Amino acid sequence: MFSALSDRLQGVLRRLRGRGRLTEADVNQALREVRLALLEADVNFRVVKDFIERLRERAVGEEVLGSLTPGQQVIKIVHDELTELMGGGQAKLASGGSPTVIMLAGLQGSGKTTSAAKLALHLQREGRRPLLVAADTRRPAAVDQLQQLGARIQVPVFTPMDTGAAPGEPVDPIPVATAAIPHAVKAGRDTVIIDTAGRLHVDDQLMAELQGIFQQVKPHEVLLVIDAMTGQEAVAVAESFHGALQLTGLILTKLDGDTRGGAALSVRAVTGCPIKFVGTGEKMEALEPFHPERMASRILGMGDVLTLVERAQREVDAQEAQRIAQRLQDDKYDLEDFLGQLQQMRKMGPMDQILSLLPGMGPMKQVRDLQIDESQLTRVEAIIQSMTPEERRNPSIINSSRRKRIARGSGTTVQDVNRLLKQFNETKQLVRQLTGGGAGGPGRKSAKEGKRAKGAKGSKKAKGAKGGKSFPRLPGLPFKF
Amino acid sequence: MPLPAPNEEDAPLNQEQGSGRAGLWGRLRAGLAKTRQAITQRLQLSRDGDAAEMLDRLEEALITADVGVATTMDLLDDLRQAGLDRARSGQEVLEGLRRRVEELVGAEPEPLNIEKGRLNVVLVVGVNGSGKTTSVARLAHRLQNDGYSVLLAAADTFRAAAVEQLVVWGRRLGVDVIRQQQGADPAAVAFDAVQAGRARGVDVVLVDTAGRLHTQVNLMAELEKIRRVIGKAQEGAPHEILLTLDATMGQNALVQARMFHEALGVTGIILTKLDSTAKGGIVLAVQRELGLPVKLVGLGEGMTDMIPFSPQDFVSALFSGLDESP
Repeated sequence: MFSALSDRLQGVLRRLRGRGRLTEADVNQALREVRLALLEADVNFRVVKDFIERLRERAVGEEVLGSLTPGQQVIKIVHDELTELMGGGQAKLASGGSPTVIMLAGLQGSGKTTSAAKLALHLQREGRRPLLVAADTRRPAAVDQLQQLGARIQVPVFTPMDTGAAPGEPVDPIPVATAAIPHAVKAGRDTVIIDTAGRLHVDDQLMAELQGIFQQVKPHEVLLVIDAMTGQEAVAVAESFHGALQLTGLILTKLDGDTRGGAALSVRAVTGCPIKFVGTGEKMEALEPFHPERMASRILGMGDVLTLVERAQREVDAQEAQRIAQRLQDDKYDLEDFLGQLQQMRKMGPMDQILSLLPGMGPMKQVRDLQIDESQLTRVEAIIQSMTPEERRNPSIINSSRRKRIARGSGTTVQDVNRLLKQFNETKQLVRQLTGGGAGGPGRKSAKEGKRAKGAKGSKKAKGAKGGKSFPRLPGLPFKF
Repeated sequence: MPLPAPNEEDAPLNQEQGSGRAGLWGRLRAGLAKTRQAITQRLQLSRDGDAAEMLDRLEEALITADVGVATTMDLLDDLRQAGLDRARSGQEVLEGLRRRVEELVGAEPEPLNIEKGRLNVVLVVGVNGSGKTTSVARLAHRLQNDGYSVLLAAADTFRAAAVEQLVVWGRRLGVDVIRQQQGADPAAVAFDAVQAGRARGVDVVLVDTAGRLHTQVNLMAELEKIRRVIGKAQEGAPHEILLTLDATMGQNALVQARMFHEALGVTGIILTKLDSTAKGGIVLAVQRELGLPVKLVGLGEGMTDMIPFSPQDFVSALFSGLDESP
């Protein structure tokens, strides 16, 4: 449904993702594109304006600019704000009252009659005993339509004929709706669903008629049925119906199409009414509860390349993590693995998931997220990439002439290369200690040696890193050159 | 040409055809009074306002009218390139925009491809709830008034009571409806109707179809089949394939138009529900990108509430509220 919007946002955010830092100008550019995308998605002009302002406040703050993964932070903020805009958690349908009265209203062609029947089926499956009321006495064969649907789903339908009208005779819907309530009680039905005729929100006469029905039946739920394809006027429509009736919720229909569905975002923001159900097809079963967070995710194409910061932490390729963990344990961990992990960490975040797979690592707080200074990361990558495969597998062969060559090849200095190798070794040793050793090599370390490793140089915080979580520094580990 | 004053029912309009067109556009303008007030308040426009500010206001007005981002940006860029952002007053900018929109929409309305002396077939298609059946009924009424004999084909064999709905209309109009049982092949109904039309010597067969989303591939294929079958039943038919577009819809209307056009070769748009506060600005994009003309406009639910499209009146309605001082 929201595919075009999420494509657009994904495009914007993909461009931001790889960058180490975002400037305020970068964020503004992203926000401009978000604004366009939302407008193209039919989100109301004013709603978009407010939304972008809220985003801007959050996005230009420390939260993003100070973050090491600013692209992901922006996504997270957009996702959070969208979810918030569409209404937090899931809203339930009223129950209680004998019977519970649900009234549907909306523009012509929005899907009221179909939705009424779908709702009846849904409630019936939940164990309720609904009664459908055909109070659309204006549209040719509307009563017929509801009767046929009712028969299909085996829900009784109260029609104008039940009040003595002749079939097809135009009647006032108010007495029909009114008479349905005591009828429901007599027939042992606990929920009444009233379908009404479609009408324009600016048709004073028909809106007054709707209010007449409302006053007589005193519904527990008044649901506005609105087509997901509705454009900018969705807001005006929703506001008018809300003003006339005190809506309790919305049903958003025809979501099986490819409409970007901006109306969903707008009506909620403007009326404060929750979207309680969505229609996803013409079948009677095609009625689903509305989940704002899922909708926000769909807009952003979550679960794809882009993920939230929290989710990113869980996205580490499980198999790869296992493999690395095994190599650490077997003491086969080399610079190739190290490079791979640095690259993964740049994408994914912390190393703790990898390490936490090692036995006994889970509860250890020291082995927590590492901060990665992305500008340094490039340098480290370059150094390792200037090494031969043999050198990466077995760094102990890297003598002085090799170090010179590597430094030249990567545009760094020999000191940089030395530092990397030292820190790599220290990492290996530390991990070995923490896992209680591996095959061969140093094996179990004494507490003293462990302390020494902890005190080693190179444990400075990465420069300029702030914001987000505060990650305890794991001593002896690289990332400061 | 001076902009028609809002409440002049007798404001000069194009040559009238059929029933009460001046009255209907007048009703539209009157009905827009509320919208007009709302817009004028929102936009706080002033004729003497500054050009740059007017451009901003226009962006909002156009997007709010569902014209869409791409078309809006193109129109405004065009104004900027013409130097209108440095014009002496907001009014100049407004007039510049109005001229461009008029160009886009065209000066002359395009007539329906219906001729005496042959069996004409009109196929009406569109997404669910867009107003097909009501439009078919109203078109039948217009054609009758214009002296054509009409036969209706109830080829929506899917939706509950869709056939009954058209039958009720047929009764009201005194027009026969060719129908089959629920679930029948809609192409078969269309075929039957064309055969019957020929046998009875009617002028026009109007074929109502089931609503379907353009994303439903199998249903779009069904429509293509209906079209083919109509072509087999009558040489050169269907002569019109009219797509109903709901004026309250947003940008998806453009996607709908594109997909239906690709599948079928749409020949014209019926813009429905224009009596709502929505302005149907999407037709600018539809015209611009697909070259599809709006041929008919639906303004209410009554039998007479359908009129040929008038580009000038449409543009006036689009701009109503923008050309007045608060």
